[in-house]
Amino acid sequence: MRYGETGYNLEIDLSRGNIERVETDPGLTEQHLGGNGTAAKIIWDRVSPETDAFSPDNLLIFSAGLLVGTPVPGCNRTMVDTISPQTNFFSHSIFGGYFGPELKHAGYDKIIIRGKAPELVYLWIHNDKVEIRDASHLKGKGAQETAVMIKEELKDQKIQVAAIGLAGENRLFMSTIEHCNASAARGVGVVMGDKRLKAIAVRGTKDFQVANPEELFKLCLKHSQDMQASPFVGDLMAIEWNDAFHHDNFSWGNVRVRRKGYWNQELEDRWKDYTLKIRDRLQGCYNCPKNCHLVVKPPGRQRYMLKCYGKGTWHMAAFKEVDFTFDILALSQEYGVDSYAAPQAIAYAIELYEAGILTDQDLPDFPADSGDRFYYLLEKLVRREGVGDILAYGLYRAARMIGNGAEKYEHNTIKKFEQVPVKLGKVNYPYYLMYCTSDKMAINQTEGSYPQDPIADLEERQKFADEWLSAPKRFQRYFMEWEPRSNPSVEASVNICDWNETMHYVDDATGLCAFCSSFRGQFGGSTAYHVYNIPTFINLATGLNLDADDLWQVARRNRNLVRAINVSRGLRRIDEKPPEDHWKVREPEKEQELLDEYYKFKGWTNDGIPTKATLDKLGLDYVAKELIKRGILTGDEDNSYTETPCYEGKSKEEIEQFSSMRKSAQFTLTDYLHKNK
Amino acid sequence: MDGQVKQKIKTIKVDLDKCNGCRACEIACAAYHATPKYSNFNPARSRVRMVIDERNDEWVAIRATDYTKAGCDGRRTYTINGKEYSECSFCGSVCPTRDLFKEPDSGLPLKCDMCEGEEVPMCVQICSRDALTYEEKEVHEEPAETVKLNEMEIGLKSLIDQYGVQKLTDTFARMLQK
Repeated sequence: MRYGETGYNLEIDLSRGNIERVETDPGLTEQHLGGNGTAAKIIWDRVSPETDAFSPDNLLIFSAGLLVGTPVPGCNRTMVDTISPQTNFFSHSIFGGYFGPELKHAGYDKIIIRGKAPELVYLWIHNDKVEIRDASHLKGKGAQETAVMIKEELKDQKIQVAAIGLAGENRLFMSTIEHCNASAARGVGVVMGDKRLKAIAVRGTKDFQVANPEELFKLCLKHSQDMQASPFVGDLMAIEWNDAFHHDNFSWGNVRVRRKGYWNQELEDRWKDYTLKIRDRLQGCYNCPKNCHLVVKPPGRQRYMLKCYGKGTWHMAAFKEVDFTFDILALSQEYGVDSYAAPQAIAYAIELYEAGILTDQDLPDFPADSGDRFYYLLEKLVRREGVGDILAYGLYRAARMIGNGAEKYEHNTIKKFEQVPVKLGKVNYPYYLMYCTSDKMAINQTEGSYPQDPIADLEERQKFADEWLSAPKRFQRYFMEWEPRSNPSVEASVNICDWNETMHYVDDATGLCAFCSSFRGQFGGSTAYHVYNIPTFINLATGLNLDADDLWQVARRNRNLVRAINVSRGLRRIDEKPPEDHWKVREPEKEQELLDEYYKFKGWTNDGIPTKATLDKLGLDYVAKELIKRGILTGDEDNSYTETPCYEGKSKEEIEQFSSMRKSAQFTLTDYLHKNK
Repeated sequence: MDGQVKQKIKTIKVDLDKCNGCRACEIACAAYHATPKYSNFNPARSRVRMVIDERNDEWVAIRATDYTKAGCDGRRTYTINGKEYSECSFCGSVCPTRDLFKEPDSGLPLKCDMCEGEEVPMCVQICSRDALTYEEKEVHEEPAETVKLNEMEIGLKSLIDQYGVQKLTDTFARMLQK
């Protein structure tokens, strides 16, 4: 009997039209838990380093996280993993909403897609009945429009759909997979489009079991109520009116201008009024009490749901106001382009035009207003017309294809991948490491457990550290040593980077939402889920016995496996650097020292490759063997990873006693920034 | 007041404006009514279901009420605050025109029992956004003479409606001989 998971994957070969239901190995659940962990294992086993992202042999894997669909609140993530054509590395994306739970109730943990359909198709999964269906009538349709049409066609409103828009069909590197209130960004939509798969529709009415249902349900009922009441869970951006945080600190245009002092009360009131005018409600994901999505209907557009920092990126790139974002998102989400790379690509083209590198010949009838230019270029982009056909390859490639000096305007990619639009003053040690070494290609998928800022007042700092339930002891010490406007020590920085990324790997295996877990500790130091209480939920749901150290070890294993995939595809230390202008003031020597120490700590070679000793200790000896066979490792490297004990200075009893959530009546990002900046 | 009795009427108030669409009510209901209790959390077995139409910003929790063998001839649409709702969006009847409140294995009708035995129904307990709230009203009414059907009787009744008494009796007889 399998608990927490269904124990079956769906294997789809789009070239041959073959569909199989395959039982999975429970041993892999123990090793990797699920989600992107088991997906990485499948990609390591079945996609060779020589396989091109656009090869039919590349896999596109949808994984419902291990705990998804169980009563665990806020656990609803579907992970999408593949090899990205943009980076040629492992591409990892996640989306929330309702898709994952529906998939589990249809009887599957994963959908593994290989091959390419000869014509545009969609996949229809209804419990045991699975069909590959013609999608020619959906060609060119918007992502949500597609969902509506499929539900009507199959006569069931309860179907959950994940679909690509025109951008994915046209293989834009920045295309997304859209589902209801969520989207999978970071380079996975392009592979779905390349496979000629327009959508996946799922309807599931089957049961699956958990190991200890009564105890799990009662714990979850209480946990859900605590989460609802906690200001330390959820997306503050969705509910707070003051967004000085992004508007004063993040960059506008082509990641070019920081507008300190932009935010003011008049602006806030005006934006609030406008938002309330077009906002129907705040909305959540499956089995989550938080309200992180805005349901909006801008004038003249269809209603849609938006989330997260997409609320700011479009108008900041275009030097416009929030109404612009609400309006253009109604288009961009239907086309299925992401809200980081796409606005940057457009702002980049505008900058090139102003610099005379792109001309009226490249952009015929180019409007004068920056907002109009965005609409103009969005259409060019998603249809791959003119310059849009070049921008479609992402900024790194586009810059080199355009040439003529365009390269130096491309200044915000790492590993050929567009980053969050932010440029800051002085190098920040933990952030330097996270930017350099993340295999998730995005800082918001890497940061999050350790606070972004220290607390000046010593008494308050002590109080914070004492009540910090989610942190292993050493972080309480680092935090106490952290003075404002200073960098943590090298040792602290390495550990902070390690903890932050580890928690994301935990979430991406279990399906927990980062706003309830890995991302939210940085603001307020408390989350619904942390390394100490997640094992309890896993145990009650799956029957697996593990403690915080074991959980950390699984995350480490998954992290190293993803690393090994990328290393086998050529990733080396030389690729691990933030854009030169990410910080104005850099410390080149210190930065190299940080990287040296981080690699050592992770048990990697000085070139960022996991050593044989590390891989063997993680039970990944087959990976070590392959890396040696390929001449990537010699096998003599004896450096292994540093142990990271979770219970050092913290007894299990003490943790159990305090493993509820930090309580606070009031916590806002505004207060936090006011206090700590 | 002769001949009248005091009766407690349990009601669930639904505030459509407060719902965030999390569907925890469905999970809690399925769990509470599972045998053994909490052993299941499959929304398809829930006696409360969310009628959702994202494009219309429609999020309506409806509870399974009575089984009916024929669909109604209603088909009205209501416009509330500029949003159009089908009559079905508010109807809890288990009817043949839609795939709602039918036990997924047998197809037999499900019915909300307001979680008898619990102080407050589970869907209300788990609804942390207060979209569902519970209220008890006291009313005076004539003692009811209707016989309350139990679950098996409701199930059998729907089978009779579907296949006819004769076919059902034949099937029973055949099964008993095995």
